[in-house]
Amino acid sequence: MSKDPLLNIEDLVLHFRTTQGAVQAVDGVNFQLGFKEAVVILGESGCGKSSLAKAILRLLPRNVQTYSGKVYVDGVETMSLSEEEYRRNVRWVKMSLVPQAAMNSLNPVLRVGDQVAEPSMIHHGVSKAEALNQARKMFQHVGVPVDFLSRYAFELSGGMRQRVAIAMALVTAPSLIVLDEPTSALDVLTQANIFNVLKRIKNELEVSYILITHDIATSSELADKVAVMYAGQIVEVGDSYRFFAEPLHPYAKKLMASVPRLRGTREPEFISGQPPSLLNLPQGCRFAARCPQRFERCVEDPPTYDVEGRKVKCWLYAS
Amino acid sequence: MTDASNLIQQEVPVTTPAVPDKQAPLLSVQDLHVWFELRKWGFGHAGYVRAVDGVNFDLAYGEAVAVVGESGCGKSSLMKTILGLHRPFRGKVVYENQDINAIGAKGLRWYRSQVGYVQQDPYGALPPFMSLQRILDEPMIINGISAPEERRKRARKVLEEVKMSPVEDFLPKFPHMLSGGQQQRAVIARAMILEPKLIVADEPVSMLDASVRVEILKLLRGLQESHHLAVLYITHDLSTVRYFSERIFVMYAGRLIEKARVADLLNNAGHPYTLALLTGTSEPDARNATMFKEVPPGEPPSLVTPPPGCRFNPRCSRIIQGLCNVKEPPEIEIEPNHTVACWLFANDAK
Repeated sequence: MSKDPLLNIEDLVLHFRTTQGAVQAVDGVNFQLGFKEAVVILGESGCGKSSLAKAILRLLPRNVQTYSGKVYVDGVETMSLSEEEYRRNVRWVKMSLVPQAAMNSLNPVLRVGDQVAEPSMIHHGVSKAEALNQARKMFQHVGVPVDFLSRYAFELSGGMRQRVAIAMALVTAPSLIVLDEPTSALDVLTQANIFNVLKRIKNELEVSYILITHDIATSSELADKVAVMYAGQIVEVGDSYRFFAEPLHPYAKKLMASVPRLRGTREPEFISGQPPSLLNLPQGCRFAARCPQRFERCVEDPPTYDVEGRKVKCWLYAS
Repeated sequence: MTDASNLIQQEVPVTTPAVPDKQAPLLSVQDLHVWFELRKWGFGHAGYVRAVDGVNFDLAYGEAVAVVGESGCGKSSLMKTILGLHRPFRGKVVYENQDINAIGAKGLRWYRSQVGYVQQDPYGALPPFMSLQRILDEPMIINGISAPEERRKRARKVLEEVKMSPVEDFLPKFPHMLSGGQQQRAVIARAMILEPKLIVADEPVSMLDASVRVEILKLLRGLQESHHLAVLYITHDLSTVRYFSERIFVMYAGRLIEKARVADLLNNAGHPYTLALLTGTSEPDARNATMFKEVPPGEPPSLVTPPPGCRFNPRCSRIIQGLCNVKEPPEIEIEPNHTVACWLFANDAK
């Protein structure tokens, strides 16, 4: 990273308080994201990837125990901002979110056009007519017919609603969009369509993406960079070409081997065992119990090694 | 490419796919129509939702077949009619030479002991207030296996088969105490407990994580082979089909538009919709990020007023005007055991 990256996360921690103790959903995450770059955060359910999205956007539930670390957006440290400053200057202005199951999170009693117009009225203080005009432009970008502006969410198909949710995240022209499982409930062809839209927008509007997903195969549709998350930590980050060709971390390798392929002869494998509970994490490497390449050193927590520009949290790469 | 008006007059012979097994099919679905009536003001007739509209196929003993289609294409209605949960509007579901809608309540009970059902959402399918023991007992009690020792023996056997061991640890557990993968195993165990000949699996792995998904698919495949089970596997994900079944049926807007063996479909797909599905399915490859996919425009048609002719014609890039949008394409055999319902192949018909 030469200049200031768009997003720089240092030691981000988000623990939740529960009756059984602290859930360590995000536990010391570091990564950077440049302008016009898309990073995919891959992980199984319960690994903390949605919590990471919440931590980045500061959309916290009430039972937060620890929330610490540094998040630089465009060079500005945002963790020290007050909630009001954050709302005014960062959320939806610099980065916005397409939540999980976004297509079901639209307000059923508002016309979709009004919903898409709302963020720019609030954040840019423009008139309603102007905001609707912007919403119309966004609809064109995401491929929704403009006469849908006056429809309600229930009148649209799943794919169209998902596009509306994306338009809503884009309308204030943020430079970063966090997409939480944007296509997991959609059909194959609709999925392919949404990814086409996201790719086009990335070029046209020059945005960066954080794509959070468990679907390895479709994640490659957007990824410039891949980060693999396991039990609250990022175990590998690297450029997508090299990652998809040859993942480094044993967990990432196993995960890639589990992907069913349309063609080829290789049988998919599964990872035996279960991920550790985030309430009660093991000492040392968190994947050690399931790792086929485990050795004595794995009882200690591995540092993150730099392997030709890729970052791997595994003792195997200690040189 | 073809003379459209000629083809309309001339009847193309409809070929029925040959059954791979010599004996009679286990299950035969004949001209099945499942229509749901739409009512206006609660009593006036307002048309039909044609969820399944003319489906024919045979399933041999011990054969695994996948039905692939997008949501709303009627694959769940097809499955539920096969399970006897919906009555067909027209046509028949024949199991071992008996029409399941003509065998009465007693016959239906027998039929349901012959057919196992693996639901999509394991957590929703398991009653939360029953222990695993009770869940497995229930179907046996209903079907007259009254001796407790016999029931315990069967429960133990089936749990070992789905690799939930040690069995004693699992039997007293309630569904919420199991992980997603274990819940799905429990559902499979319940479907297997009466030793059925046919298993209907409705998206059995779509709710599971990638790493568990493969494990469950392999388990199902193993059971299918060891018990010589016929399996009807319903899914929207083409990439998992290959590991699981011998034949694929592609369903679109209430019809089966292509039926083929898995390798034939992957290498030599005929129908433009199947080709689009194959293109739309991603493989993990970093080059994807720089390419745009060719996806047919629009969305699947309304099942209340399907378009005339081929149902894919409004989205098809290879439409033959005056034919595809007028007359329904017949099933055309383009190679042995591979039929396509598409006019593009009318001249290749053998």
